[in-house]
Amino acid sequence: MYPPKFAYEAPKTLNEAIALLDAGGGEAKILAGGQSLIPMVKLRFASPEMLIDINNIPGLDYMTIDPDGTLRIGALVRHEDLERSTTLAATHPTLAAAASLVADPIIRTRGTFVGSLCHADPQGDWSATMIALGGRIVVQGPKGKREIDLRNFVVGPFTNALAYNEIAIEAVIPPAKGTPRGSYLKLERRVGDFATASVAVALDMNGATVGRAGCALAGVGGRTIDANDAISVLVGKTLTPENIEAAADAVAAAADPRTDHRGSSDYKRHIVKTFVTRILTNIAHSEQKAA
Amino acid sequence: MSSLYDEVAPNPGADTPVRRVTIEVNGEKRTVDVEPRLLLVHLLRQGLALTGTHSGCDTSNCGACTVLFDGSPLKSCTMFAVQADGHKVETVEGMGTASGLHPVQEGFKEEHGLQCGFCTPGMMLASKALLERNPDPTEDDIRWALSGNLCRCTGYQNIVKSVLWAAEKMRNDQPQEA
Repeated sequence: MYPPKFAYEAPKTLNEAIALLDAGGGEAKILAGGQSLIPMVKLRFASPEMLIDINNIPGLDYMTIDPDGTLRIGALVRHEDLERSTTLAATHPTLAAAASLVADPIIRTRGTFVGSLCHADPQGDWSATMIALGGRIVVQGPKGKREIDLRNFVVGPFTNALAYNEIAIEAVIPPAKGTPRGSYLKLERRVGDFATASVAVALDMNGATVGRAGCALAGVGGRTIDANDAISVLVGKTLTPENIEAAADAVAAAADPRTDHRGSSDYKRHIVKTFVTRILTNIAHSEQKAA
Repeated sequence: MSSLYDEVAPNPGADTPVRRVTIEVNGEKRTVDVEPRLLLVHLLRQGLALTGTHSGCDTSNCGACTVLFDGSPLKSCTMFAVQADGHKVETVEGMGTASGLHPVQEGFKEEHGLQCGFCTPGMMLASKALLERNPDPTEDDIRWALSGNLCRCTGYQNIVKSVLWAAEKMRNDQPQEA
């Protein structure tokens, strides 16, 4: 399979890339890792007139933590970079848990974190983790930069809030207010498949008490499900079995799964409840051990 | 009968944006004119006649088209050839020769790591990349590293054994530090 004809540009600076996007008037697309975009153009689900390859722009492959704990992930950080990080599990356990579950190991060498957010697949792993963590995305256009909350960035299936002449340049994860705990669990039929259902949970713990609680779901709705309100029943509480069950019920109620070849709606909702319970119970056990 | 590669050379239409790229393939610099939509796998197979790289599912699932791109495994059906400009690509043809097999190739031979052979080039390149990073992998490490490569014949058992065989051979071949 090959896509329709397109023009190809490989600018060396961000400003050149933005100028090309601007001139493209909505018919140009950014090519980063390409692991979603290239299959889409090969299947002719998308047929941009121009692809702007940003892989030759230096300085976009950084993953840094500010002194205040803010994590910044540049547009050319590959999934594999997160998977291989030796520090991420301690600082951002939710991201570390998801890193090895994105696609397959070969796709992870090439596909990018930020590109995956832009792709806005309702079954995408990173969008769920970012919504659970209260993450934002920095975008740059001809008039400068702006930041968009991930909850407002994903506006629908495969649809993001970028203007046609804007590039997503960085993902921003705010610092934890307490000890960061969390995980990501994904049910998939085989490696590389999309999620039948998956759950991202991110808690900031103050001792045994939950400070902030974040949760988002993939695969169980027409877009990434923001379950932050649902899991907020845990805020100010400890992780007792009763509180965990109440939170798991609330999150499962926020899911909006459809019956398809991956399972029935009831089944997927059940998986969501099971995964939330499992993640929270594991956190409770590790807190007990630490105490 | 024409391929996309043939269509763009030597006389592309005026509306066809052709780019000249130089790619180091198996240690040799190759300069070619490509249409941007030409996939790397098609350049390798049809343009450069390196047919050891197989095109399987064509949708980035199966891994038969895996090559090493600057040393990292890459599904060559999911990159445009034009993107490889200035980069290094290694295909199965670059791994060894008939009389001088790479240890991974020897392992696949010794442990019967292939039946029909279609997935084998991709399997071997993904394995080579694994062993360069992790010279002493467990069986789980190998299954994990090869989880992006599908085999419909072997049930994977002998592929895992082949990689373990190669890992041991490569460790034994390493000069021991005093």
